[in-house]
Amino acid sequence: MDWIQTFNLAAGALFDPLTAAYILCAIGLSVHFGYTGLLNFGQAAFAGVGAYGMAVGVLTFKLPLLLAMGFSLICIVVFALILGIPTLRLRADYLAIVTIAAAEVFRYLMSTIGFASVTGGSNGLSQFGYEFYTWNPIAKGQYVFGPFNWSEEELWLRIVAFGLVGLSTVLVWLMMRSPWGRILKGIREDEDAVRSLGKNVFFYKLQSLIIGGLFAGIGGMVYVISMSNVQPSSWVTTFTFMIWTVLLLGGAASVLGPVAGGMVFFVMLVLTNEILSGLVAIGWLPFLDQPQVGQLRFILIGLALMLLVIFRPQGMFGNKKELRFNV
Amino acid sequence: MSKDIVVGAAAPGCKKVDPILVASNVTRQFGGLTAVNVEHVEIPRGKITALIGPNGAGKTTFFNLLTGFDKPNTGEWTFEGKNLAGVSSYKVARRGMIRTFQLTKSLNAMTVIENMRLGAQKQRGENFFAGLFRFLWSGEEKKITETADDLLKRFKLDAKREDYAGSLSGGQRKLLEMARALMSKPSLIMLDEPMAGVNPALTQSLLEHIKGLKAGGTTVLFVEHDMHMVRHISDWVIVMAEGKVVAEGEPSVVMKDQAVIDAYLGAHHDTDLGTMKKGK
Repeated sequence: MDWIQTFNLAAGALFDPLTAAYILCAIGLSVHFGYTGLLNFGQAAFAGVGAYGMAVGVLTFKLPLLLAMGFSLICIVVFALILGIPTLRLRADYLAIVTIAAAEVFRYLMSTIGFASVTGGSNGLSQFGYEFYTWNPIAKGQYVFGPFNWSEEELWLRIVAFGLVGLSTVLVWLMMRSPWGRILKGIREDEDAVRSLGKNVFFYKLQSLIIGGLFAGIGGMVYVISMSNVQPSSWVTTFTFMIWTVLLLGGAASVLGPVAGGMVFFVMLVLTNEILSGLVAIGWLPFLDQPQVGQLRFILIGLALMLLVIFRPQGMFGNKKELRFNV
Repeated sequence: MSKDIVVGAAAPGCKKVDPILVASNVTRQFGGLTAVNVEHVEIPRGKITALIGPNGAGKTTFFNLLTGFDKPNTGEWTFEGKNLAGVSSYKVARRGMIRTFQLTKSLNAMTVIENMRLGAQKQRGENFFAGLFRFLWSGEEKKITETADDLLKRFKLDAKREDYAGSLSGGQRKLLEMARALMSKPSLIMLDEPMAGVNPALTQSLLEHIKGLKAGGTTVLFVEHDMHMVRHISDWVIVMAEGKVVAEGEPSVVMKDQAVIDAYLGAHHDTDLGTMKKGK
């Protein structure tokens, strides 16, 4: 087993653009669930709308990439309104059912042949992100920092992705220290009480859904620019549950939780994979073969998540007191 | 004394000299059961009115209807002369009619002071964009906090200021909910069983505080089962049973009404439970 390589891979996951994409989606989910109490199980759809909005903007409407990103944000707001107006009057658990269904509807719509001229059907879309790399101000070459070794394009993508993570984190912190954030937390605790104090609960829930959705949509854009293609199969429910794992790991109602949760989650994913397959390779785990390792690590992660929710429900960064009373 | 409240004789649905809330033909059915069927009722302004009646009389449902938390089958009502039927609950609160709940709704994972701050209305920082910039709302926040601290002191919760509301006792949560409702300086406050679960030592000061509200010009309407409290502080009593208003009058008169006593207060209503020193 090559420890140096294992370590390098794990360090690479720390600043992988995909890690940033998941973190952004988890930040959005923290606004929905952690602060407002909206049980959204359709976060994949928000990310998907963001990704498709941008790709369709470039390929179908021939927009410059930056405008296509703006177009995609508008699409997310529209999607949030369509999803939110009929459903936000529902109780929390019903909202979960509706959002998970909406996400699946979105995914199937994207893969139908009927819209294939726009969405690319089940093949998805590609070749929309070139312009992103033309913005790159970094000189050509290999950049090495400790265990990291990135080309100028890889470095640029990481700077933008984690720059967005930093910006979003600051924004959430600003939002949640304000009286606006206080209303969201009030809604999380008891929406009737907040209503009785003269606050338009529905309007605030809708705002929360839109804002959290925008973070997820930006995450979706980062995801597909990094993958350089967008496919309907990316936005499966597993994507949503990974985001939930990241969020709960870090702490649902904490500003830094999603960031730490995302980094720890993906590093753990790499480490378990490398260590297990290393052990299989040297014959210490005779009952396992290599393909099973990939599945086993998700079982281990699931187990870890269960233990976490039972023994540390507030996550790594959450405030235990905030969670102690309402469960 | 009843002269300055009622026009003519006291009777169910009688006219008031200066009503703040007037409701007519309010009905609410749950399947075959008619929970509320109020022909006419007026709540006098600037007074403390008690709404009493046995369990299941429809008092809380009536509260819910008036404050927009439930929709009536029929009925209309006005508050300060303006129609309020069909208005959503948060708008009712903005008009100055604030309620509390029978099952206390303290926001458990928020601190006591944050609960209080939430009670203030029309805060600038409640707008998303303004909220991002602290200098736009920090001044207002300071004033709100001062008002909140003042109320907390009066309700003897100032020591709990930074505690999470979930860590308070049931009685303290009741107090917190009432204090929070007062943050917006309502013109009518509707208290649903304010004394349930409050310890006897606090009861007296709470009663004084409710009287103080009246002195400050706030109209109080409350549902209560504690007859001593009703007699001690209310100016007017409305008795409900099976959804209807069956009696109205000054507390001393209504409580002597034998029919009311037997049917709705129970034969032993006069037994002193030791919660108050009040003489007969």
